[in-house]
Amino acid sequence: MSSPLRREEVAHVAKLARLSLTDAELDLFTEQLGQVLEHANDMNSLNLEGVVATAHPFGLTNVVRSDEVRASLDRDEVLAMAPDAQDGRFAVPRIMGEAP
Amino acid sequence: MKTAVQIASDVQRGASSADEQLSLSLEAVRARNEELHVFLYVDEDGAREAAARVDDVIAKGDNAGPLAGVPIAIKDNVCQRGVPTTCGSKILQGWRPPYSATVIDRLLAAGAVPVGKTNLDEFAMGSSTENSAFGPTRNPLCPSRVPGGSSGGSAAAVAADMTPLAIGSDTGGSIRQPAALCGIVGMKPTYGLVSRYGLIAFSSSLDQIGPFAKTVTDAATLLEVLAGHDPMDSTSLPEPSPSLVAHLNDGVAGKRIGVVTELIEGADDEIVNEVRRALQAFRDAGATVVELSIPELRLGLSAYYLIAPAEASSNLARYDGVRYGLRVDAADVTAMNEATRTAGFGDEVKRRIMLGTYALSAGYYDAYYGQALKVRTQMIDAFARAYREVDFLVGATTPTVAFAIGEKASNPMAMYLSDVFTIPTNLAGEAAITVPFGTGEADLPIGVQLLGPGRSEAQLLSAARVLELADGRP
Repeated sequence: MSSPLRREEVAHVAKLARLSLTDAELDLFTEQLGQVLEHANDMNSLNLEGVVATAHPFGLTNVVRSDEVRASLDRDEVLAMAPDAQDGRFAVPRIMGEAP
Repeated sequence: MKTAVQIASDVQRGASSADEQLSLSLEAVRARNEELHVFLYVDEDGAREAAARVDDVIAKGDNAGPLAGVPIAIKDNVCQRGVPTTCGSKILQGWRPPYSATVIDRLLAAGAVPVGKTNLDEFAMGSSTENSAFGPTRNPLCPSRVPGGSSGGSAAAVAADMTPLAIGSDTGGSIRQPAALCGIVGMKPTYGLVSRYGLIAFSSSLDQIGPFAKTVTDAATLLEVLAGHDPMDSTSLPEPSPSLVAHLNDGVAGKRIGVVTELIEGADDEIVNEVRRALQAFRDAGATVVELSIPELRLGLSAYYLIAPAEASSNLARYDGVRYGLRVDAADVTAMNEATRTAGFGDEVKRRIMLGTYALSAGYYDAYYGQALKVRTQMIDAFARAYREVDFLVGATTPTVAFAIGEKASNPMAMYLSDVFTIPTNLAGEAAITVPFGTGEADLPIGVQLLGPGRSEAQLLSAARVLELADGRP
């Protein structure tokens, strides 16, 4: 049976998820993920017309608390664990391109 | 090895000390950790300090708590301030959390001594602990086999008598399955009973922290310490910790118990036989047993492998090389994100992120993720109908005893099927426990699973105690 998933779709999803895959990985993951999706087709055996979706077991409601000042994480301790920090902030490589 | 309850009693009355108990634990770790690869990190200095604090409290004549001086192993996806926490992933290698999980604070307040961080499948995704970036853990009872997973290190720590207690997390069976394969007690509490603050998120609507122990009494004692409302977790149940130890000897007389066809079909004969023997033990203890079929449970695996990856793909987006963990440098920030995630995540994590991204993507959302959420509703309703008929349910915990290292490593679907009996409880947000009952092939342990509605921990623990006694353990 052919995979319900195409190789190009896996490549697209990998790009969305910020993962780069080799050609061999693309082949392997296409086959393996296809098997999981194929198994998931058994859900079509149920008549789910009109069934309400459950995203959370107990139905979350908003939780609020009084607006009181309290201690937060120590900035220096947090930044010490970052790959790169500068002047009390996280530092990252260039985000914007050069002006044309 | 003594039980946690015995150790706490010895330490509190001065027959032993927290420091002496820690030394015994560290000795046991040193004896077998190289062979079994149970601990990723042993926090000897921190543990010595925690033990000294317990011994000081007792020297002053005060009560050090229900776990006074009891060494405990912590799954390495639970944050402990200043102690390396990796989640079994290269992407977090070297990270030291700037805060502790609520369960760590609760353990320390109860007198427990965290010994170190145990191995797990990367980000708790797996059923064998082979997906750890730092190498697999071996089953202490048969080192050529897996301990189960994802909390394989925690289960092995208890099974190898390194610590009498351990903490794990259970998203689709990650406490119960390794507990069964290692011959110990493991419980997945009701969703929200134990705070998830400081548990590194995998699938937020399914994840729950719970106990590992050699005895049901120890598991109940530990769960009482862990449970209770926490304002830092907005999904935490609003009530205080339930009374569990006080109900341990309630028994099952007069109870109605349902054995579920779908929770034994496909299990090896030797496992089905032990489930049947457990049912006889319940009958002998005065319960009525009925056979039930809950066909919706057959769809649990499919729903789980869409819901959990969908939530994981969102939760794991935070590993982008910016705030913590690994960064692989590249010319711009997008290339850096991609290089970091590609180098930092292992294959199983990549598979789940891609599966989740796909299930949530435009055009497929309704067919996969949306459908899975409806199946989840059906499952909750089906369990509720069953609990109108019976007090609790019985099934197998796993389809087989511990399998060989490498046996399923290259076949994700075969690996996923090892959680087929544990997954439904997570989808329903309910409680379940596994208790060792008999042995199978090569004398390896078998676990019997007891499932109950939300907040039924006291009932499940007292029923597990009936099986423990029937299996000849004091």
